[in-house]
Amino acid sequence: MELWYSIVSILPFEWAKPDVMFFMKNALLAILVISPLFGLLSTMVVHSRMSFFSDALGHSAFTGMAIGAIFGLGDPTWAAVVFAVCFAILFNVVRRRSELASDTVIGVFSSTAVALGIFISTMGGRSFTKFNSILIGDILSVEPSKIAVLAIILLLVIALWLYSFNHLMLSAVHPALARSRGVNVFWQETLFSTAIAVVVTLSMTWVGLLVINSLLVLPAASARNISRNMAQYHLYSVLGAITAGVLGLMTSYELGSSAGAAITLYLSVFFMLTFLFRKKH
Amino acid sequence: MTEPTHINHAQNCCDACCLKLENVSVRFSGEEILNNVSFHLHCGEIAALIGPNGAGKSSLFRSILEQIPYTGSINFSPAEGAVLRMSDAGLDGARGVRPHIGYVPQSPSFDRGDPLSVLDFFIASTTRWPVWLPIPKSLREQAKTCFARVHSEELLDRAMGALSGGQLQRVLIAMALEPLPQVLILDEPLSGVDIEGSRQLLDMLDEIRKTYDLSILLSTHDFATLDQFADKVLLLNRKILKCGTPDEVLSSPEFYNTFHLRLKKGGA
Repeated sequence: MELWYSIVSILPFEWAKPDVMFFMKNALLAILVISPLFGLLSTMVVHSRMSFFSDALGHSAFTGMAIGAIFGLGDPTWAAVVFAVCFAILFNVVRRRSELASDTVIGVFSSTAVALGIFISTMGGRSFTKFNSILIGDILSVEPSKIAVLAIILLLVIALWLYSFNHLMLSAVHPALARSRGVNVFWQETLFSTAIAVVVTLSMTWVGLLVINSLLVLPAASARNISRNMAQYHLYSVLGAITAGVLGLMTSYELGSSAGAAITLYLSVFFMLTFLFRKKH
Repeated sequence: MTEPTHINHAQNCCDACCLKLENVSVRFSGEEILNNVSFHLHCGEIAALIGPNGAGKSSLFRSILEQIPYTGSINFSPAEGAVLRMSDAGLDGARGVRPHIGYVPQSPSFDRGDPLSVLDFFIASTTRWPVWLPIPKSLREQAKTCFARVHSEELLDRAMGALSGGQLQRVLIAMALEPLPQVLILDEPLSGVDIEGSRQLLDMLDEIRKTYDLSILLSTHDFATLDQFADKVLLLNRKILKCGTPDEVLSSPEFYNTFHLRLKKGGA
């Protein structure tokens, strides 16, 4: 972290001066780790039409937090990760076995998770307000140890992308074709949804549950407007996410608003711009 | 169309490489989808699978691809000296091994806006190179060679969603031919392809089977073109109702009873 603090001190900002406002420097580093993570995952979420699914996962993560809290865990995040991963796997199994459209199955899971979360967190007449912080998120409260965890997750997702992206994409495009080429489609889908579950849950506290899904949709949705192949698609998605992340953090610092919301607004602008300059067929 | 040389010994399958289905049956939740289907498909032979919707054509393909459970046996006897990819475990010890099968699915749909180029799709299906990274020149050259097999090198940089039906089939066939299979299965390759496109595709399949000496099994609803390309026609409706040359099958009472169509003189 010392190295990071000294690098940041070069920047011409009031908060960047040495030995002050470490929370802001931590937040900037966290954004630089979180935003490429979402930029990468976003490409597959959009490509395989899973934006509704990632939204539902956010809800299940909140339920996991509530369950973790009721068991008196000091840090309910890991309970939430476990719950979200179970949710993702169970969802894949049910979607596979049932003949319902996948948005219907997602609807069933999502509403169950939210209801369970609210039920548990308000049991015994407790107030729901202590969960407000999860809904809005607070990137300024991120600690160096959490950034380290997020950095490890980023490396894992890059490894997953290097190793599995082709198979993930084929499974999304045409499961039967993927199977004929030796791809285990169920395993790929489960691996991917598990990755989203872990990332959403771990970053929820910092980004905010209400806007987290926009980070999984907007970068790739914007990149899709202007990309002609997979390499461009990933490049624009990751660059857009990082730019919006940094600008959002600066804006929220200046105006005192939520960083998650500011980042989302910048991503919306990114979408509108790319839409105006979208590729023509 | 000139007759391929091995058609002559197709009747006697001991000395030719051959995909053999013996008494293949498939049941789904108690319902019989396929009932004792048996046939042989030889190298260099094109067989057309016809039958009404729900006849079990896709189930038959999926059985051959080992994607669904079946009873009976599906074996492949290689010609002597033929190189086989033994990574697929032999089903039947020394007598038969699983062939490498190229599969061309029914045209998958792509959105016009999908940021997926033909090259991306091909590299993702045939190599381990992660296509979200820029694709190296060497792989691009390799892809070019494969697309030359289907005379479509110019399609490499097109978006998958912008291809016509015939072009999409060519891309899928180029993929199925890498690595070169012993058996090529095509699920309704002519649907959604115009007349000129169909003719070109059929000519290309004819060229492919002659060049690479592989067996081709395709399903189709286009009975009018059968005698232009098929060596053998299989009429399937849960079981094989009739098997023979296009003429024999199209003029058979079984064909008439199934489709209530009279394409050839004869019939019931």
